[in-house]
Amino acid sequence: MITQDTTRSPDLSATASGPDRAGSGPAGRPPVSRRRKKNRAWDEVPRWHIYLPLGIYLVFTLVPFYWILLFALRPTGSTSLVPWPLTFDHFEKVWTERSFATYFENSLLTGVATLIMTTLVALAGGYALARFDFKVKRWFMLALLCSQFVPGALLLVPLFQIFADLSLINSLMSVIIAETVFQLPLSIILISGFIRNVPYSLEEAAWVDGCSRFTAFRVVVLPMLRPGLVAVGSFAFVHSWNHFLFALMFLNSQDKQTIPVGLNTLMGADSVDLGALAAGGVIAAVPVVIVFAFIQKWLVTGFSAGAVKG
Amino acid sequence: MASAVAQKTSGPPRPLPRPPGRRRKGSAPRRLPYLLIAPAVLLMLGFIAYPVLSVFYYSAQHYNPTKPWRNGFAGWENFTAIFTEDTHFWGTLAFSLKWVSVEVSLQLLFGLALALIVNQTFVGRSLGRALVFSPWAVSGVLTSAIWVLLYNSQTGITRYLADVGIGEYGTSLLSDTGTVFWAAIVADLWRGVPFFAILILADLQSIPKDLYEAAEVDGASRIRQFVHITLPHLKDAIILSTLLRAVWEFNNVDLLYTLTGGGPAGETTTLPLYIAHTSVEGRDFGYASALTTVAFVILLFFSMVYLRLSKFGGETK
Repeated sequence: MITQDTTRSPDLSATASGPDRAGSGPAGRPPVSRRRKKNRAWDEVPRWHIYLPLGIYLVFTLVPFYWILLFALRPTGSTSLVPWPLTFDHFEKVWTERSFATYFENSLLTGVATLIMTTLVALAGGYALARFDFKVKRWFMLALLCSQFVPGALLLVPLFQIFADLSLINSLMSVIIAETVFQLPLSIILISGFIRNVPYSLEEAAWVDGCSRFTAFRVVVLPMLRPGLVAVGSFAFVHSWNHFLFALMFLNSQDKQTIPVGLNTLMGADSVDLGALAAGGVIAAVPVVIVFAFIQKWLVTGFSAGAVKG
Repeated sequence: MASAVAQKTSGPPRPLPRPPGRRRKGSAPRRLPYLLIAPAVLLMLGFIAYPVLSVFYYSAQHYNPTKPWRNGFAGWENFTAIFTEDTHFWGTLAFSLKWVSVEVSLQLLFGLALALIVNQTFVGRSLGRALVFSPWAVSGVLTSAIWVLLYNSQTGITRYLADVGIGEYGTSLLSDTGTVFWAAIVADLWRGVPFFAILILADLQSIPKDLYEAAEVDGASRIRQFVHITLPHLKDAIILSTLLRAVWEFNNVDLLYTLTGGGPAGETTTLPLYIAHTSVEGRDFGYASALTTVAFVILLFFSMVYLRLSKFGGETK
């Protein structure tokens, strides 16, 4: 008990003889590590209160994932609940016959371009919001907040006309612009929140050393923004990767289509080829899963940097 | 940061210069913020503000490429048609509201529970978090693809349940008007709950831990700690994310468009889906624009509430 308390904050060790629950982790556990300390107020929750609901929820989460893998990996006509014998025919089929190779390339291009554009534009706007007072600031904030309520799906017709006027129909650029624009408001709000969390005095210190504003930003602020940028960038990428309506509307030739549209065509037919649909779904999930695995540790930190409250 | 500090301590003492922007070019700092927001403003003016205005414009027009003889100024005709003649409008609006309220309240409930659970310390927490949050990344069409597979009447989950004696063979959850609503709700919860949980978890972690420590020293039970510390702290975040989520669920068409296509028999058509059908398949752009205007008015209500609650203008700290 006492050894445990010494690992905690000093003020607490004074209360070591206080109520039993105050200091004790679960019996028989090694001293609470620094990371665990954060949640010590909840340490005494019975284990099954955590594992039982979490287990049930995990089943709900994972069964659909298992299901799609199962259908993608087992031969057509099989009803076995384990994907055996293993077959990759479905993947081969969607990749070549159903042109998922092309879709994949288009989606990747669109996603990366959206990521870059969103991050750059939002970085500039977020910096302005976080560090300057200027006349139209209030209006800019109001516009950002309001535009979160404008549904892209409802603007399909005018957007189509704009892109037609710009001769961007059937060009990936139309989708990139549309995705960027609708990602921007939230991204700017998020990034300005992250920048506000970087002490201004650090930037001033760099100016004192003779850095220009831009250099100071690059050397001092940018490295500290990394979790935030990862969060915002991955949002933009994942959103553009998954989004379907803009691609469906603005791209009309098959060699320009993206993965979600490809998936939808697999679903739409009367005779649904479930194996192909599942394999296509797995292909669609792969980049997102990679991004997700990569950013997971930053995700919650990124959010708790405080910007979500708007 | 480190390099800046290092330079500062090693260099000879210098007079304090003013911020570079202000020092170098007389007018630069006043122009700089405008230059910085310019790309965002231009993009949003061109691709959000202008389209919104043109929707308002078209809502007062008859504009349908398949019926060119009728095109022209319509005044209020589109709107009177919506409220008096349209047999679908009220149904789709009612379904939208039902969809949003059920979906968002369940997401909030499960999301809060999930966030509280994965905020605990337990063995395998980071893996557990990664797994329960994973559907967050999977949205729209992919969610539909997964659930189309699960709900398939021949080879879906009902078949295997029937094998062990639950339900009947050939049950199709998506084409039965009695089950389609809940089938779609469950599919949307699957990807929506993790998102809510992530938002709430982020806020949970920002609660100062010494509040709990103090409460515990005072002998407050966990339930009291939850009611008096956790909930009040989460209140703002919960209200705002619920509102945002409601708007998002209202606007989102990806899932229902691909999962049910609005069917069976228009049973799961939300207002935005109806608008998409009207404009894309029906080519009745004027009428669709009027419907969109109505949707905007409904959303305006949400945004007013949101702006009020987020205390707009009170700079976020």
